[in-house]
Amino acid sequence: MSDYRSWGHFPDAPHRHVEPLTWRNAIPDLRQLPGPVLPFGLGRSYGDSCLNEDGTLLDVTGLDRFIALDEARRLLRCEAGVTLEQVLALIVPRGYFLPVTPGTKYVTVGGAIANDVHGKNHHVAGTFGCHVTQFELLRSDGERLRCSPVENNDLFRATIGGLGLTGLITWAEFSLIPIRNAMIEMERIRFDNLDEFFELSARSNDSWDYSVAWLDMQIGGKQLGRGVFMRGNHAKGDLGLEPSGDPFLSVPVNLPELLLNPLTMRLFNTGYYYAQLRRRVQKVVHYEPFFYPLDAIGDWNRAYGKAGFLQYQFVLPRSDDHRVIRQLIERIVESHHGFINVFKEFGDIPSPGMLSFPRPGVTLALDFPNRGRKTLALLDELDAQVRGAGGVIYPAKDARMSAADFQRGYPQWREFSRYVDPHFSSSFWRRVTPPGQRSSVQAFERSSAQA
Amino acid sequence: MKHILIIGATSAIVHATAIRFAETGAQLYLVARNEAKLRANADDLRVRGASRVEVDRLDVNELAAHGPLLERAWAALGEVDVVLVGHGTLPDQPRSEQDIDYALAEFQTNATSTIALLARLANRLEAQQFGTLAVISSVAGDRGRKSNYLYGAAKSAVTTYLAGLRGRLHRAGVRVITIKPGLVDSPMTAHLDKGPLFSSADKAGALCYDAILKGKETVYVPSYWRLIMTLIKLMPETIFKRLNLSA
Repeated sequence: MSDYRSWGHFPDAPHRHVEPLTWRNAIPDLRQLPGPVLPFGLGRSYGDSCLNEDGTLLDVTGLDRFIALDEARRLLRCEAGVTLEQVLALIVPRGYFLPVTPGTKYVTVGGAIANDVHGKNHHVAGTFGCHVTQFELLRSDGERLRCSPVENNDLFRATIGGLGLTGLITWAEFSLIPIRNAMIEMERIRFDNLDEFFELSARSNDSWDYSVAWLDMQIGGKQLGRGVFMRGNHAKGDLGLEPSGDPFLSVPVNLPELLLNPLTMRLFNTGYYYAQLRRRVQKVVHYEPFFYPLDAIGDWNRAYGKAGFLQYQFVLPRSDDHRVIRQLIERIVESHHGFINVFKEFGDIPSPGMLSFPRPGVTLALDFPNRGRKTLALLDELDAQVRGAGGVIYPAKDARMSAADFQRGYPQWREFSRYVDPHFSSSFWRRVTPPGQRSSVQAFERSSAQA
Repeated sequence: MKHILIIGATSAIVHATAIRFAETGAQLYLVARNEAKLRANADDLRVRGASRVEVDRLDVNELAAHGPLLERAWAALGEVDVVLVGHGTLPDQPRSEQDIDYALAEFQTNATSTIALLARLANRLEAQQFGTLAVISSVAGDRGRKSNYLYGAAKSAVTTYLAGLRGRLHRAGVRVITIKPGLVDSPMTAHLDKGPLFSSADKAGALCYDAILKGKETVYVPSYWRLIMTLIKLMPETIFKRLNLSA
C-alpha cells in the first residue's frame, strides 16, 4: 500500500485496504469494506486529508471516462477520476480551457471538487466549485443523488470543499471557457517590497485574468516581501491549440535531505529574484509553463528527501496596514526554511462550498522541508499569528493544525458534519473533530460494534 | 482505418486502443457482455472524437449468437477495416485444478469462443479482400507455467490458430496481428501485486494501436517482453519446472 501516500510524504498512514474502482455503475457495497472509506485520486493533497489510517481507500483513478461534451453550452461531464491533464488534452485542441486550474494538472476532477481548488484567476473566477454545474454522489447506503444548485443543494454545498467525506462523487459536470490558442500573454514584474506587491495586485485585478507572486523568503528589513509578480491573459489570435506532453524530467528517488539547507535556500531565493535582470518582462508562453511549472519535473516532492515536507497555506482577511502578513513573512525569513511559495490576493467571489478555504484576503502557500520538531514549532508560531488575525489554514495542505484552529476557522463544520456519510472518514477529519461530535465516525463505530 | 469492430470492448487494454481510433474520428462498433459498461465506454469514445459509436451485447460463450452479431456489425459499418478481438478472463489457476467444469468454462471463454469468432471473421475478411484482424493473446501462451497454465494453454491455442490463419489470409490481402501483452495493470490483474514489469493499460493500448497501424505480425506489449519470453523459452525444462514464476 506504500503507493498511497500524500504529496508531502508526511504523515505516513497504513491503510487496511485499497479498493480500485473501475465502473461508475458497478461500485461494490461500500459498507462491506474494512473500516471507514475515503476516495483517493492522485494523492496531491499534501497532508492527511487524503489519508484514512486503518481504513479503506477507494482508488478512483479507474473512473476515467468522459461522458458528454456539450460544446453549445460549454459543459464537460466526466467520471470523477478523470484528471485535469486528461481534460486539457481533450478540450484544448477544441478551443476550451479549464475555468479554474490549480498549480498542477495532476489532480482528478473529484479531487478538485472535494478540495474546492483555486488558481491564479481567483479574483475573477472564484474557485473550481463555482463552475461545477452538477455531479452524482453515491452514498454508502447505495443511494445515488444528483446534486446541483437546484437539486440536493445542501449536499451539493457540503460536497464542494467537503474533503471526500460526504460520499463518492461518481461523475461531475463543469463549465469550460473558450480560448483562441494555447498561449498566455504574460508579464513578469520584479517588486521591491510588500507595498509594491499590493499596489501591483490592485492594478492588475481588472485587466489581468491570472496573477500570482513569488516572495524572496531570505530577505527582511526594507526589502521584506520583495519578489516577482506574474500576470497573464489567454492570448488572442491564431497561435495553435497544442496541449502539453508528459513531464520531461523527473526525480527518480528521494534526494538527501542535506540538499535543501539554509545556504542552498539562500542561493535559490536570491538567484530566482535576480534571474530576471529587467524589471518587467513581457512574453507569450504556452499555458504549460505558466500554470504548471512544477509538473515539468515528475515527483518533485522527492527533492525534499525521505522525511518529506509540510506545506502551509493560510489566508488572512484584508487589512489596511498589512501588519500581520508582514510579521509572518519576517518570521519565515528568520527561519531560513522556505523557497517555493505562492502569494496571491483572493477576490470576493463566494464559493458554494460549505467548508471552502478561499475567502477575501491575502493567501500565502509555502513548502517547509520536514525537519521534525523545529519545523512543527515554527508552524505552531505561525498558527498563532494567523489565528490572531482571523485567518484560516487550508485543509488540503495541512498535516498538523490543531482541532481548535480548524473549528474556529471553519465554524460551519458542525453544519457540515450532518452531511458526512456515516461510512466515510479520513485521518484529517478524525484529527480535527472531537470524537463525540464526529457524527459519521460515531455512527460507523456504532454500526461496526453491532456487527 | 475508419471502420472498426471491437469485441471485448470493456477490457481496459482494448478500450485504451479504441480511444486512439476514436481520436482519429473513426466509426466504432463495440461488442461486450455488459451493456451498462459498454454504454459508459461508448460515451467516452464519442466525446473523444469517434464519428459514430454503436454498441451490441454479446456473451462470447453463446456461440450461436456470433453469426447474427457479425451480420449486424457488417450491416452497420458497411465494410470493416479493423477487427480487434480482446475479450478474456484471467482464470483462478488453483480453482481450475479442482473444479474441472470451471476450468473448461474458462478455456471456452479464452480459447474456444475466440476460435469460433475468428473462423467466422476470417471468412468475412477473406471475402472482403482487405482488412486487419488484430487479436489480443498473451505472453502466457508462449510457455506453460505452473502458476497459470490453464490461461497459458488457452492463449497458446489462440496464438497457434492465428499463425495458421495469417498464412491463409495473406493471399486475400488481410493482415493478422497477434498481440501479446505482458503484465498490464488492469481490472483483470487488480488482485496481483504490481512489480516493475507492469505497464499501464493506457500504454498497452497505445502500443496495440501502433502495432495495428504498422501492420506488424506478432507484437509484444511492451517490446521488452520479446526478450523476456525468448529467455524463458530457452530455459531447459529441467530447470524451468522448478521455478516459481508469478503471474
